[in-house]
Amino acid sequence: MKYLKASLLVACLGSATTASAQDMSAEDLAKAVKARQAVMQLYAFNLGTLGNMAKGTIDYDMDAAQAAAGNLVKLASQNQMAYWPQGSAAGEVEGSKALPAIWENMGEVMGHSTSLIEAATAAEAATDLAGLQAAMGGIGGSCGGCHKSFRQSN
Amino acid sequence: MYNFLRLLALFVILGLVGLGGFWVVTAPKPLPDDTFAGLTGDATRGEQVFWAAGCASCHSAAGAEGEDRLILAGGRAFETDFGTFHAPNISPSEAGIAGWSVADLGNAMMRGVSPGGAHYYPAFPYASYVKAEPQDVADLHAFMATLPASDTPNVAHEVGFPFNLRRILGGWKLLFFKDDWVLAEAGDDTLARGRYLVEALGHCAECHTPRNALGGLDTSRWLAGAPSPDGRGTIPNITPAHLDWTDVDIAAYLTTGFTPDFDSAGGEMAEVVQNMSHLPEADIAAIVAYLKAVPAVE
Repeated sequence: MKYLKASLLVACLGSATTASAQDMSAEDLAKAVKARQAVMQLYAFNLGTLGNMAKGTIDYDMDAAQAAAGNLVKLASQNQMAYWPQGSAAGEVEGSKALPAIWENMGEVMGHSTSLIEAATAAEAATDLAGLQAAMGGIGGSCGGCHKSFRQSN
Repeated sequence: MYNFLRLLALFVILGLVGLGGFWVVTAPKPLPDDTFAGLTGDATRGEQVFWAAGCASCHSAAGAEGEDRLILAGGRAFETDFGTFHAPNISPSEAGIAGWSVADLGNAMMRGVSPGGAHYYPAFPYASYVKAEPQDVADLHAFMATLPASDTPNVAHEVGFPFNLRRILGGWKLLFFKDDWVLAEAGDDTLARGRYLVEALGHCAECHTPRNALGGLDTSRWLAGAPSPDGRGTIPNITPAHLDWTDVDIAAYLTTGFTPDFDSAGGEMAEVVQNMSHLPEADIAAIVAYLKAVPAVE
């Protein structure tokens, strides 16, 4: 089911980005960049709860961990196609660090998003610290996997 | 006329002596023959060496993930001031390094010398691997033989004159190829292990230390950050002057890629994190200890 959802997203994204490419104003492109950066911020906020528990800098709290992991699942499951219009890569919109390779490798991008959903689902199901720690590697791997190829380095 | 001929002869002789001298000092110098005598490679230990040495970061195909990072087909391109280098196939196939002995691998990694006796370009971090333990090279050799073979052909480096003359790399080695530790004192076993992982196998300084005009590392600014070799962006200073994270935060970053703000590492460092996540906790702690012990450089 999840894979079906991901592949549907890829299909939608493919058609939507080509259709909307030349129609969007600079202002709308900038709004889309802000929207996806807001999603990244929400990822980071919820990861803060999980990661700090995993590192031991805050105490493990199962309810808080499951809530944060559940949020990650929901955030990553969004249909994000409108956040990533063509023409919003680094150099095209101020503040964007998205590399143009994103729009040439949408299938790979969606693969990372699917692994994030899987890893966050595992973190949501964890009922102890060891389980959470085990899930963090997969979450980090999917974030890093995408940033490695698709985000401009500083 | 007689004097002129004598002078000419003198110049010719001096020129030949100079060329001969150049030829001698720039000759590739392999390891002593007995370097690996009596050593048996252990593939299981070799896998740890493989991840610590970061082989997959350059030698797996661009964009490879998961198990595909074990297919060392080569092909990644590295743009530098000296030209564009293409990582070769080092999988156990005819197109790769099938048939290499432990000594061949050792000479490549620790001397920058090919089995045919030519210098490698220092895009291959032999200036770090020179500090590797022969036993680790033997273990790595055993592990690499277990990896999948790939038939991907090698791509020639695109390097202009004079850097296309590999012999001059002998001169580069005379100037910059040293096997002494940068952090001279390593007080305990943890710090010594961290020094080995950072300075030798991990080859962290290859990116995090600035280079001079000839491409040698400026060890007075060890790990103090550098421009990215491809000209895009900078690689951060990871001495205590700038890296003020706690031990726990550095360890978590190296194994998950998350910064203390829960941003996530990108670019080449994401590859490094993928490698480091395979290392035992004690090794990560050793790297952290080393990073806390190096001199702070602003």
